[in-house]
Amino acid sequence: MFMHPEIANTLLEDKRRDLEASAARHRLRRVVRLAQRPTTVADTDGEFPAAWRSVVLRMDEQAALQRPSRTAGAAPVSTTTSVRGQGPHEDEPAVAAVGLTKRFGETEALRGVDFSIPRSRVLGLLGPTGAGKTTAVRILATLLTPDAGQAFVDGIDVVRDPRRARARIGLTGQYAAVDERLTGAENLEHVGRLFHLPVKEARERARELLARFDLEDAADRVATGYSGGMRRRLDIAMSLIGRPSVLFLDEPTTGLDPRSRMSMWTLIEELARGGTTTLLTTQYLEEADRLADEIVVIDHGLVIARGTSAELKRRIGGERVEVMLADARDLGRVVEVLAPIACGDEIVDQSAASVVVPVRSPDGVVPQVVRMLDAASITARDVAMRHATLDDVFLTLTGRTAEDDDADQDRRDAA
Amino acid sequence: MTTTIDISPTHAGTTTDEHEVASGPRWVLRDSWTEALRHMRALPRNPEMLLFATIQPIMFVVLFVYVFGGAIDVPGYDNYKQYLLPGIFAQTVLFNSSFTAVGIADDLQKGFIDRLRSLPMYPAAVLIGRTISDVLRNVITFVVMFAVALMVGFRVEGTYAEAALATLLLFGFSYAFCWIQAWIGLSVKSVEAANSAGFIWMFPLTFVSSAFVDPESMPGWLQPIAEANPFTIVTDATRALYNGNDPGSDLWVAIAWAIGLTIVFASLAARRFNRAAAR
Repeated sequence: MFMHPEIANTLLEDKRRDLEASAARHRLRRVVRLAQRPTTVADTDGEFPAAWRSVVLRMDEQAALQRPSRTAGAAPVSTTTSVRGQGPHEDEPAVAAVGLTKRFGETEALRGVDFSIPRSRVLGLLGPTGAGKTTAVRILATLLTPDAGQAFVDGIDVVRDPRRARARIGLTGQYAAVDERLTGAENLEHVGRLFHLPVKEARERARELLARFDLEDAADRVATGYSGGMRRRLDIAMSLIGRPSVLFLDEPTTGLDPRSRMSMWTLIEELARGGTTTLLTTQYLEEADRLADEIVVIDHGLVIARGTSAELKRRIGGERVEVMLADARDLGRVVEVLAPIACGDEIVDQSAASVVVPVRSPDGVVPQVVRMLDAASITARDVAMRHATLDDVFLTLTGRTAEDDDADQDRRDAA
Repeated sequence: MTTTIDISPTHAGTTTDEHEVASGPRWVLRDSWTEALRHMRALPRNPEMLLFATIQPIMFVVLFVYVFGGAIDVPGYDNYKQYLLPGIFAQTVLFNSSFTAVGIADDLQKGFIDRLRSLPMYPAAVLIGRTISDVLRNVITFVVMFAVALMVGFRVEGTYAEAALATLLLFGFSYAFCWIQAWIGLSVKSVEAANSAGFIWMFPLTFVSSAFVDPESMPGWLQPIAEANPFTIVTDATRALYNGNDPGSDLWVAIAWAIGLTIVFASLAARRFNRAAAR
């Protein structure tokens, strides 16, 4: 009863996620992986396999070079651009986070996070519960002050000039922050008025947004009666009434049923097409894959990878060849035989008698594998290429699945 | 506060002018009023709350007047009603201030405060708007209660000006307590906690006072507490004014309490607002 609402919410979220099919998939993989190679994987907090650390660092460096905030001289996010009277420039990122650090007591929520979002692009901040996604959003949205580092929206330093930054942002937090006592229209008008829109304009804009978000019929109904999906839509509409140049969506589909999630995705895609710069946080890998132009993977307060969805998949052994065997006893030999073409850790599934091996390039792999297996007299039922999913990416990067992390979180909550 | 004039070029379909937000004291008031309207709009949709806020004082009036009225003797007043009812008025407006704690805790828990803090409004307007709307709701409760008091035989013995001053003093005092409650609402972690933390200390505060009985009748060790209680002072001042007596120094001390509490707790609440919402 006296539980902190955020903790209660986290617990609820954990329970909800437990029910989802992906959870079972994660757990299976982890069990298989641990059973097969118990010694090679460092499964402790914050550690990922040494073999992959170099890959991650390399990727990070590349990304850093591409990042405008690090290019010497040009310094588009230097503090000079935040001087009053100077506005944003076309080539300046709409959002920039530089070395963000935040600590809550013992917990280091952010340990020097950098990222930037070019104008009109969608950045997906991907990571499990407790990775620091929400902390980063809350800093950028002026709700939290970082311990170190800087954050800019439209070139405005959000720490030094929060009110000006607030005029340019729209925030949809993890809770659907609507006033349940008011109708949908009243909620929108209220926020419009706090953006200092004249009454008439606030009303018109509210009607416009209600129509666009398919809430016209519910416009004059009190929000208590809204479904989860309607509430989220109203919440996002409220974030848009001030015509923000940057929209923050913190886990916009968490807790929604699959149908509402699909319609939320369509909505976000439409907004992105309309040119709204968006920072989207999510723990659904599929969601980042579908919606984000660029993805930043964050774990325990650190950026562990960044790039487009395709880049991430490609760079970290994005292509995989899957071998299904007639006899599970041959699995170990298959791993040995395919070692020369493997470019990462294989995933062995005993029960399905299959091995998934990451490879550098898909070209000619299938016939090559068939020949190699043939030479070793191993009978395969099927050999096929498959694309890595973001699940695979995360697993490869951290040596853990998001599920492992939730277990950490549970332990912390219990402690 | 200075208004920023942005001379930068426009970009990607939005003008920067559009994103400059007016500032200044006028906008503090306007933002506060916008927030107050949010709560007042909601009021008629939650009649239970209003009902609760009016039935409880009616019960108190009726119980004390009819059950204890004959048994309780107070010096200087032939009629217990004339002594008691100003105390009931004061207690009721004070009790009602606990809605402030609950309302703010609710906004905080539901993430609405986060939303408001991400808007270019004046942050303090959230608390000012809330306290103003709670006092306005208190006016409704007061009107109902005053009517019931007149029905059971309470009479304004002083001039209308004195009665008006007494009423104003009550609202000033309840406004100060709204700020204490705002601070509590921001300090606790749930609506339920706000409900008990905002309410429980009001019982000793209002009963260990001159509101219902003469403090002289209390045990010796309790008397100085009851007499120093600011609630005693404000009750004595209002009672004197409604009955056409001279409130003496009580009036000024009561006003000083109201102003002092408002300043102290408004600052505490404003400070906590910036941190609490950042949890």
